[in-house]
This record gives sequence, C-alpha cells and structure tokens, in this order.
Amino acid sequence: MSTIDVFKLANTRAKGKRPNFLDDPAVERVLSITLAVAGELAVTRERLDTVERLLAKNDLLSQAAIDAYEPSEQEAQQRAMWHQEYLARIFRIVQQELEALERSDPSSEDVGATLAEGESD
Amino acid sequence: MAEYGAERYGPSADVPPDYRVAGRHAMMPAANHDEIARFNFLANLVKYVSTRVLPGTAVAYQNRAEPAFEDKHGHKPRDRREVRKAMEGDPYYKIWSALRLNTMEMRQQAGRSVVLRQLDELNAAAKSLNDDKPTLQLDPSVEIPRYIGSVDNHLMPGSYYTELVADDVSPAANYDVGIFVTTQGLFGLHTDGAGHGLVKWLADNHPDLKINRILDIGCGLGHNSVPVALGFPDAEMYAVDVAAPMLRYGHARAQDLGATNLIFKQGNAEALDFPDQHFDLIYSTMFVHETSYKALHRIMAECRRLLRPGGLHVHLEQPPFHGMSPFEQFLRDWDAYYNNEPFWSTVHSLQMTDVMAKVGFDRASLFETKVTAVVDETIFPKAGDFDYGRGCVWYTFGAQAEAA
Repeated sequence: MSTIDVFKLANTRAKGKRPNFLDDPAVERVLSITLAVAGELAVTRERLDTVERLLAKNDLLSQAAIDAYEPSEQEAQQRAMWHQEYLARIFRIVQQELEALERSDPSSEDVGATLAEGESD
Repeated sequence: MAEYGAERYGPSADVPPDYRVAGRHAMMPAANHDEIARFNFLANLVKYVSTRVLPGTAVAYQNRAEPAFEDKHGHKPRDRREVRKAMEGDPYYKIWSALRLNTMEMRQQAGRSVVLRQLDELNAAAKSLNDDKPTLQLDPSVEIPRYIGSVDNHLMPGSYYTELVADDVSPAANYDVGIFVTTQGLFGLHTDGAGHGLVKWLADNHPDLKINRILDIGCGLGHNSVPVALGFPDAEMYAVDVAAPMLRYGHARAQDLGATNLIFKQGNAEALDFPDQHFDLIYSTMFVHETSYKALHRIMAECRRLLRPGGLHVHLEQPPFHGMSPFEQFLRDWDAYYNNEPFWSTVHSLQMTDVMAKVGFDRASLFETKVTAVVDETIFPKAGDFDYGRGCVWYTFGAQAEAA
C-alpha cells in the first residue's frame, strides 16, 4: 500500500520563489482558484459530452464504457473547439483589455461631460 | 457539441488534437476519462494563452509601454533589459504572465495527480522491465549539480531527481504523461521529433559518417535517445543523465519501445568515465540551457575529449538571442525569470561558436544550423513556432573533430 500523501504531494510547489504578477496577491490567488474551477468545469463538460454521445450511440451506459470512449478525429476537434470557445468566454475581459489598447475610447462620464456642455451657461 | 466544425468556424477550428492520439508504451501512466479531459483542457488553455493572449503583449508594448518609456527616458528601449523595465508594470503583460504561470503549475498538478495515485504500480512496472539488465547503470555517488538543485526547472515540483520512495520513477512519469499539454503533439507521437529530426539531418548532411558509438548527454527520460538508437540499431549507444528516476523510467520505456542497444548511465556530462576518443557521435537535445556557464564549457571540453577524430557533436537548443528584436528577446526571457530556467538568459546570449573555440575546437570545424522535427503530420499539426521557445525547429550547433 502506498504510504505517500497523494493529495498533498500532487499539489506541492516547485522549489524557487514564486513571482506575483498582479498588484494584489489576493487577486493572484483568486485567479489561480478561478482557473482551477474553470478546468474542472471543462472536465465535467467533456465527461457529459461523452455520456451524451454514448447514450445516443449505445443506448446503455457503464463506467468502463466512459473510460474506454475514444472520440473520432472529428469529434475530438469539436470538443477542442468547444474548449477554445469556453476559454474565450472565460477570458472575455482580457480580450476586451486588448481591444481597448488597440482603440481607446472615452468613458461615458467623459462623453457625458461633453454632451452637457452649455448646460450651466 | 456537434455544431462545431471547420465549415462554420474557419480558423477557429485550428485546435489541439485529443490527448488519446499521443503515443503509448508500457511505462506510460494510465489516465482515466476525467484525467484525459483535464489534459485536453490544459492543452487548450496553453493554446488559447499562446495564440490569443500572448500576441497582445506586442500591442501593449507598441501602443503603451514603449511610448511611455520614450517619454520618460528620451529614447526607445535599446535592449531586452530596458524592454523589461518598460513592460514589467504593464497590466496586459501581467495578466498574460499570471495566466502562463498558472498553466505551467496546473500542468504539473494534473500530471502528478495521475502519477502519484498509481506510484507503486509504476515503480513495480519499471522494476519488472529493468530486471537488473546491464543496460541500466545507476551510480548513487553522482551528485545533483547546483544548476539542477537550486530551483526546480520549468516549475516541476521535485525536479528530475527527487525520489518520494525507493526506486522511484515518478518525476519521469509526470514529465511523460503531461508533456502533451505544452507540446500538443508538435514534437511527435512519442515526443521524439527532435531525435528523428537529428537522424534525418545526419542522413542528409553526413551520409558517410561511420557511427558505431553514440552518446546522448542530459538525456532525461530518453524521448530523443530512443529514435536515434532505433535509427542506428547496430551502434552501441549511451544516454547519460544525473537523475536516477529519469534513467529508471527511460530504460524501462526504451526496452518496451525496442531500443535494446541503448544503455542508460547515471553520470554528469561535465566529467564522464569513458576513454578518450570513444564516440563517433555525441549529441544533446534541449539540454545546454539547463546547465551553467562553467558547466557548459566543461561539457564542451568533455565532448572534445570523447570524440574520435572525424567524429561529430551536435546540440539542439532553443534559438539564441542574437539577431532577434529586443522585444522578442524579452518575451523569451520570461522562462529565465518565471519558469525556473535560471541559465536561460545567459545561454541564449552566448555565441556557441566562441564557447566551442574556447575549449579548443578548431574554428574551421564548427557549424551552426537548424534541425526540424520529424513528426507524423497525419495526426499532428505541421511545425510552427506557436509558443515562444517551443517551436519545433531547433537552433543547432556543434563541430566535427579534425580527422587523424
């Protein structure tokens, strides 16, 4: 029987000081947790897809059948595309940050100020 | 998910293959449905971050960081260190960095969680395949050098050498089971595209070189040793590394893949106990960046000592910095600072021809070239530098020892 603490050791850190990129370490921590949750949702979604496809194919379901399921090349591509769209949804804010970098817009408040010009005259 | 397809989505259909197409062998840890789905997610996350997020760092640099630096200093950043000063506070660079760091860490967690739950079975499988064969030569007196022991390379907890239990293979098993996440098959069915590429390069460029004895230094688990051993089945071949877990796993894996002419030997490439002029071919793949300045010179000197007259040494590496824009150098340096590749920045600034000349190789014998991965393109995408430092065309340098 194994004597090692698998749950702890699987998650252990690499030797070497970890950088903090974001200004607030608390935000950095939330990002790590959010990404892990995102990953687990993706895993669940892929499993559900397997279940659905198998149910449709075989009209039966077993644990072994799920583990043995191998998507065809086309099915695998569909699943990977789902992942890419899913990631695009999660990282919407990063994409939008880049779009704002490419074309900066005034804020509504700033526009509001220009639209109000003359109001106090 | 049946609505997805190239016909409706065009370029969005360029996605990584399913994990299940990666090559299997007797030592590969078994992964269940959800563990495979986790690798698929991570492969897609790496692809997303490198193709959708990373390119934006250049926009952030041009539109924001570079102009701000120029305003402050009166000139544009002149080298990668000044680019770093300009970029390190940039919010877009920071989110890319934070995402990339997390992908590296999550890949390690995913691999280790698969491996450690079946650690006893894996160690037993290795023991059974290794079976006290003379082709596995471990030497517990070999010390872990400072350049491997100071930080865990590419954020791999425990690095190549940590043994959780006696006769452990877990570092190699984790390396092998999860490498698909970062390579996505670009390096070939068995992550052996560099080895196959080297065999082809030798056939194309040195068809008449007599190769009876081969040495692979810093072999790791032998991803790129096996294809060379299979390419020269009549040669006696040694693959050396400092880390016993890599050698145990690598030897067992090689036995299963049919490379029985391949001897895995624990040793430090700075000083090996082979006789002078013993080898016809000495090579390494993605090895020299995980050494140090002094060690690199000692390794090159050792190559010179071990090559027979007319013999060849060849090293495949990430591209050097000379000829690159300061911004690209800066991006590649990410690994040096944040991916625990502490020698990365220095090694890529060196002129390898100078290093080799310094240890005594005749300048006329030196060469610099490129070697392209040979992979199964029916399964895997064609070569492309999709992620900085991880393309599958390698900068290659070496020398042919003077004939007697």
